[in-house]
Amino acid sequence: MKRTALLALLAAVLVFPAVFTLPFPRHVMIMIFLYGSLAVAWNILAGYCGQISLGHAVFFGIGAYTSTLLVARAGLTPWAGMAAGAALAVVFSQAVAFPVFRLRGHYFAIATIAVGEIVQTLVINWDWAGGARGVFVPIKRPDSLWNFQFHESKALYYYVALGLLLLGLAVTRWLERSRHGYYFRAVREDQQAAASLGVNVAREKHRAIAVSAGLTALGGTFYAQYIFFIDPESVLSLSLSILICLVAVLGGVGTLWGPVVGAAVLVPLSEYTRVWLGGTGRALDVVIYGALIMVIAVLQPAGLVGLAARLGRGRRG
Amino acid sequence: MEIVNFAHGEFLMLAMYVAFFAWALGHLDPLLALPLAVLALAALGWATYHGLIRWVLGGPMLAQIFATFGLAVFLRAGAQFLWGVDFRVVQDPWLGGRVALGPVFVGLPQLAASVAALVAFLGLWRFLARSETGVALQATAQDRQAAALMGVDTDRMYALGWALGAGCVGAAGALLAMYFYVFPDVGGTFALLAYVTVALGGFGNVPATLAAGVVVGLVEVFAGLLLAPAIKYAVVFLLYLAIVLWRPQGLFGRW
Repeated sequence: MKRTALLALLAAVLVFPAVFTLPFPRHVMIMIFLYGSLAVAWNILAGYCGQISLGHAVFFGIGAYTSTLLVARAGLTPWAGMAAGAALAVVFSQAVAFPVFRLRGHYFAIATIAVGEIVQTLVINWDWAGGARGVFVPIKRPDSLWNFQFHESKALYYYVALGLLLLGLAVTRWLERSRHGYYFRAVREDQQAAASLGVNVAREKHRAIAVSAGLTALGGTFYAQYIFFIDPESVLSLSLSILICLVAVLGGVGTLWGPVVGAAVLVPLSEYTRVWLGGTGRALDVVIYGALIMVIAVLQPAGLVGLAARLGRGRRG
Repeated sequence: MEIVNFAHGEFLMLAMYVAFFAWALGHLDPLLALPLAVLALAALGWATYHGLIRWVLGGPMLAQIFATFGLAVFLRAGAQFLWGVDFRVVQDPWLGGRVALGPVFVGLPQLAASVAALVAFLGLWRFLARSETGVALQATAQDRQAAALMGVDTDRMYALGWALGAGCVGAAGALLAMYFYVFPDVGGTFALLAYVTVALGGFGNVPATLAAGVVVGLVEVFAGLLLAPAIKYAVVFLLYLAIVLWRPQGLFGRW
């Protein structure tokens, strides 16, 4: 039953670009996939391992900058840049993990913000990488998969983004069932208890952040190849880090589908409020956003997935 | 209190707007608007506790982080919505110019702000260490249940803690408005510096925070002087990470 529903959903998502040929609905779906995949990646570290990072934009930015600089300065294909970016993000995450994982809870969150600020400040002052002005991805025509640029139609972007999301979900699903998934959750629930049962807490946290960072960096490369322009404000800022968490929190942290549900609700909401309200420069859409976060935190910390589960239980019981 | 207010910077921003509008509309100097800002922000802190924090205290940590984060986003965007993104300045405050302290010239508003910060620090320290309410507040922060068993009204203590913290920010905002621009995003950097300073000193430790504040200030200035002004905050945050690697509890923290 559940399997059939999932297959039907997958089929519907696969034929979507054939039905909706206009750019805007496709763009909304691509953004859902992108933010869904970022939130899925964040969720591995925060939801399963319990380490709430507010600096995930750093990994996103590493992915975006690595591929873009390799394309613009060395003429490599973005796919190589994507692999290099993910590798670099993993290495960076391991280095950063030493100081930040010495902290817990709120203090961990603050330290991750500090990491994000350091990286953003350094990139802003790094002229070779474009500094505060950012970098353009050189436009290459005609469209080709090798150059990862599709100007005629968004359909291929759509499938690549969908692939990223499915990859993240597959990794999460695999983790949920593997030994490490159980270790992660043990660390989340009680570090000391986990350690006393023989879980190597530090090593599991390093694993979680490595997986999370690598997946986030893939999204960064995709973003760069989709928008063709990156600057520190758009790919390294604190507001992006918050947005990633927000998607996961809205949907339901520590669940497989939560981040996807969150993206499916939040992205259309923000795209449409941006279209309707954003042009005024008055940030009314962000006001609504902020209020929404508070309401979720107070009323439904388990997110929409938690709410659905509660309603489902209520009907049966 | 084991809860970090991620809207701290936005509180500062609101206090600066209070001082600015008191000057722009009521022709009050920021010095006169200071009590007003303190009261307004203390009320805001109290209301934040009762309207928001209280409901997430027993909840998961994630809910606590996102409650104040949401408040920060809301206040910042709200300020932008109401007052726009323009930089505003209080012109010709009473305290202006500079004074010579021996061979060193110091801006008078900055000097006044430093003195006021020291006074606030001493007052807060004495209040926490000496008065019964202050001790009850510390007890609540250390162990809510134990404090409640000893007859402390922890709910009131939390509300008081939030009102006190926000009131101090009110004073800081009014003083800062004398020599800094007022705009919706002004709080960001200050708040992050404040968190890092407190974490560097050790949470729940007032004198350690002052000491850490001096360290952060010196590092910031020397990094700006010797390396480059643009990266001074990056240096401060790097130092913080380095120290955390060695002492996660902060320089003077105890746990």
